[in-house]
Amino acid sequence: MLDNWLFIGLFVLIAAVFPATPILINYFIIPRKPNSIKQDTYECGVETVGETWVQFKVQYYIYALVFLIFDVETIFLYPWAVAFDQLAFFAVVEGVIFILILGAGLVYAWRKGALEWS
Amino acid sequence: MEIWDQLGEWLANLIKTILGALNLPLDWNIVVLKLIGVVTVATFGLLLVILLTWIERKVAARFQDRFGPNRAGPFGLLQAIADMIKLITKEDITPSGADKIAFNIAPILGVVSVLLIWAVIPFSSVWFGTEINVGVLYIAAVGSFGVISILMAGWSSNNKYALLGAFRSVAQLVSYEVPLFLTLLVPVLLGRTMGVNGIVKAQDTWFVILAPLPALIFFISSLAEIGRTPFDLLEAESEIVAGFHIEYSGMKYAMFMAGEFLHAFTIAVLTAILFFGGWQGPGAAEFPLLGLIYLFAKSFVFYFLVIWIRTTLPRVRIDHMLAFNWKFLTPLSLVLLMVTALLEKAFEADALRIPVLFGANLLVLIITVQILRIVSKRQQRELKTFEPRPVAVPPPAEEVSA
Repeated sequence: MLDNWLFIGLFVLIAAVFPATPILINYFIIPRKPNSIKQDTYECGVETVGETWVQFKVQYYIYALVFLIFDVETIFLYPWAVAFDQLAFFAVVEGVIFILILGAGLVYAWRKGALEWS
Repeated sequence: MEIWDQLGEWLANLIKTILGALNLPLDWNIVVLKLIGVVTVATFGLLLVILLTWIERKVAARFQDRFGPNRAGPFGLLQAIADMIKLITKEDITPSGADKIAFNIAPILGVVSVLLIWAVIPFSSVWFGTEINVGVLYIAAVGSFGVISILMAGWSSNNKYALLGAFRSVAQLVSYEVPLFLTLLVPVLLGRTMGVNGIVKAQDTWFVILAPLPALIFFISSLAEIGRTPFDLLEAESEIVAGFHIEYSGMKYAMFMAGEFLHAFTIAVLTAILFFGGWQGPGAAEFPLLGLIYLFAKSFVFYFLVIWIRTTLPRVRIDHMLAFNWKFLTPLSLVLLMVTALLEKAFEADALRIPVLFGANLLVLIITVQILRIVSKRQQRELKTFEPRPVAVPPPAEEVSA
């Protein structure tokens, strides 16, 4: 069991080393002739105006909130699905009620207009 | 079968002998053996990218009535290597005002998030990186790294287009993860396990027959996850130039591309594994090599489908895309999950299980289409009652002459 997670741990290391190696090779062999025009921000050739970190639509934030609710609640359903064989029919119905509550949340967000991109 | 077993045993013994000669403590043996496995799987994944870029360009070219790469090597097969050589000698430009740490880590993280999925993919009945009992959850978790990589790239580039691309991608990827996770639950439920190899072993009848609609929703939301057309808003060339990777050049750019190509193939593999029986097929349990061939045959069919969709469909608008997710895919996958769970329990170990589940999916499909028809008719009626805009009337003739 722990062996399997050792594999994952090593994989994380190797998976980071593999893409880092060509970038490092690149770093050592490339020509370096920087100038201020080359390093300018590329926005279709027009000079950039004002701050880069502009304000963004609040809608992104609302989507993120709705996502968070759904994601966290979906995670609770995974153990339920794995233990499906041991569950009685009533326990399955309980799971379905949980999903219905999730659906009610979606309907609420929909009615509140959180899903409109305006 | 025996040849393969013997070969594997022989290799393991050889490695053990070498390690024994080195006289390391026992625990290190395990580490080195695991490390060899890790390097094999990771190298395999990255070498695949070279093949994938060639396939993608060749197939896309055929769709557009072109030849595609055909100069470097036979059939242009060495094109990817030529590109690598070009990119690796290219000057690496870091834009002024960039956040150097995040800027440099982002491309690495982008590849890591995709490559980590390959750790749990079962290539055949006995060949897999590792088998962990929370495999599906692991896939969902590491797959979400990609969002962080994109956000880091967009934020650190000191470029408005990159930042806008990153915001779009977060809205898109995060939204489509909801139906993705919900439909990922269906194979877990049908297979009674979260282990990926366990799910493949449970598919005596492919899950696509038991759950055709969840398979479709999984494929569509995976398409959105990889950010390909029709969901390529995060790098829409005509609107925000290239999105989050606009300021990247040289090898860092290549790493983003490698991650994208590998991700496109990974979702094809995952669709094949979760819904189309993975390595299952006649004789696959006895001959591991046959299982590998089956898996890749199935995967390449889906990869072809991904390219086909990419070259055929136009880009959708962002409000349409998010409405499609939240108002169509998410409710539908919730309904499908409930229907599957209830019927699976009611017809457990019943001969009717397969036709009943398939029929239920068909019924849900018919009801959905009917609801969509009613909604679209209502919308069209609203459009018809719209006040017509006044038409410009030319001024009287005398005024013009005066």
